[in-house]
Amino acid sequence: MNGVSAACCRAWDGLIGWIDARFPLLKLWNEHLARYYAPKNFNFRYYFGSLAMLVLALQILTGIWLTMNYKPDADLAFGSVEYIMRDVDWGWLIRYMHSTGASAFFIVIYLHMFRGLMYGSYKKPRELLWIIGMLIYLTLMGEAFFGYLLPWGQMSYWGAKVIVSLYGAIPVIGPDLAQWIRGDYGISDVTLNRFFAFHVIAMPLILCGLVVVHIMALHEVGSNNPDGIEIKKKKDANGVPLDGIPFHPYYTVKDIVGVAVFLILFAGVIFFAPEMGGYFLEDNNFIPADPFKTPPHIAPVWYFTPFYSILRAVPNPFGGVVAMGCAVVLFFFLPWLDQSPVKSIRYRGLSSRIALAVFTLSFLILGYLGTQPPNPVTANLARIFSVIYFLYFLLMPVYTRVEKTLPEPERVHYP
Amino acid sequence: MSEEDIDKNRRRFLTAATTVVGGTGAVLAAVPFVSYLQPSARTKAIGGPVEADISKLKPGERAIFKWRGQPVWVVRRTEQSVQELKDMDSKVRDPNSDEPQQPAYAKNEERSRKPEYLVVVGICTHLGCSPNYIPEGSPDAPEPDWKGGFLCPCHGSRFDLAGRVFKGVPAPTNLLVPPYKFLSDTRLLIGADEENKG
Repeated sequence: MNGVSAACCRAWDGLIGWIDARFPLLKLWNEHLARYYAPKNFNFRYYFGSLAMLVLALQILTGIWLTMNYKPDADLAFGSVEYIMRDVDWGWLIRYMHSTGASAFFIVIYLHMFRGLMYGSYKKPRELLWIIGMLIYLTLMGEAFFGYLLPWGQMSYWGAKVIVSLYGAIPVIGPDLAQWIRGDYGISDVTLNRFFAFHVIAMPLILCGLVVVHIMALHEVGSNNPDGIEIKKKKDANGVPLDGIPFHPYYTVKDIVGVAVFLILFAGVIFFAPEMGGYFLEDNNFIPADPFKTPPHIAPVWYFTPFYSILRAVPNPFGGVVAMGCAVVLFFFLPWLDQSPVKSIRYRGLSSRIALAVFTLSFLILGYLGTQPPNPVTANLARIFSVIYFLYFLLMPVYTRVEKTLPEPERVHYP
Repeated sequence: MSEEDIDKNRRRFLTAATTVVGGTGAVLAAVPFVSYLQPSARTKAIGGPVEADISKLKPGERAIFKWRGQPVWVVRRTEQSVQELKDMDSKVRDPNSDEPQQPAYAKNEERSRKPEYLVVVGICTHLGCSPNYIPEGSPDAPEPDWKGGFLCPCHGSRFDLAGRVFKGVPAPTNLLVPPYKFLSDTRLLIGADEENKG
């Protein structure tokens, strides 16, 4: 028996050696897993990066399967989705995995970004890492927007109509630009067909490319951690950070726990609340698109509603578009807006803590207001919280500089 | 060939020239890809003018026709409604239709060729929803003393029976009047007029 396993081992080593002479397999394995040293004090907030990759993989897998039965044709699209739901074996599961996956993707990404805000992960030397991450977020928004038109329901149609007409609000070039995006005078079969192309080819390709670049940048500078100190400053004789542990097996195994918990929650939603009371799949989207009948209330899916609230808060359409654009673009400038000498919220002063809490609250409230029909009360509330949202960014150079911070520790805390 | 024999200037020039020619080619190659996304010949043909039969339209009623995939409303206003448009002047943002939201022949109090018939594109000028027609005396009237008009369900914009936008609502301009002409008393051509062949 021992002889057999020894022979097996030799064969395996031989195979790896053969590949390694032709492709940097061991090098990649070591650089990104076995000898990539991550801080040993990660907490649960560090699950969301790997979970985002899991959701991306699931979306690609279920997406390919859906494509096999979906028809990107205005006359057939709605029916083909219903066909997948009713007549294709397990079609409902694949479709609900994909539609729930979209919301799960944004939940995970928002938590991932919030982690970055908490621990100052965008600060030097991780500015580019943050910017690449923001590009991923923008691409994801595009991917979600294009995908939402495909079921060709009422919300698909009217949501796309409203969003594309945002481009029409740009002075001078607006109307032509909107027509160029649609390829028609209104949202039509032409638009559906090209959005399909963007959703299944263009955006996923860009997304995957950016994810690779994001991870390359991360592994170049190394992960931040809840203490916000650089573990590379304290190394042992072999050049290994004293507070670092190999990503594999320590964090691969830890992440499997996160994956298990996530999949339990994910499956729970798919099985028991795939529509999530109209938040993940809006009620009106179970009615085929009708260009002549606007649904009584149009709202984007929940992950866009904070920005939709900001759009609606400005009375002038072009002003609203500019405000909405700024609400996203300001994130790119965080590494330079933040003037604090420390990274982590643990060592920051009271004003940074309050600012982050109030910002998070206003983001959530704007998100809620964006799902509600417009009325004077919600419009004014949206204005107030939009202002707070922007002040978080615009006042950041001030409150991060004047507040008193605590001294950072020499080594990471390891509870 | 030794290091000294290399004509560096010649190399730089060739590299620069190749870059410029190649770059120009790459930029020009983008033209077909950008133009490909424009409305195609078929899309433009489908977007041509449409004929509308309004012989069955009674006073106070609205008919909807499809032009370029969007709703075009024809409202047959009652004589009283036409009279009341003057009273709306103080409530609307652009009473004289100064914004270029209509052909020249519709730049008048009724925003139409014939006072009796209003022809507008039924798309809110705010963000493209389709407003609802709410006649005078309807239980859905958004305010007391409602003289009839349109209410957008998305963001609450209001328009009067000439498609003029109310003050203090999100929509910035009056509803768009498409090019149109009367082929007879009861037949309309939407999307084309004397100057604009569609």
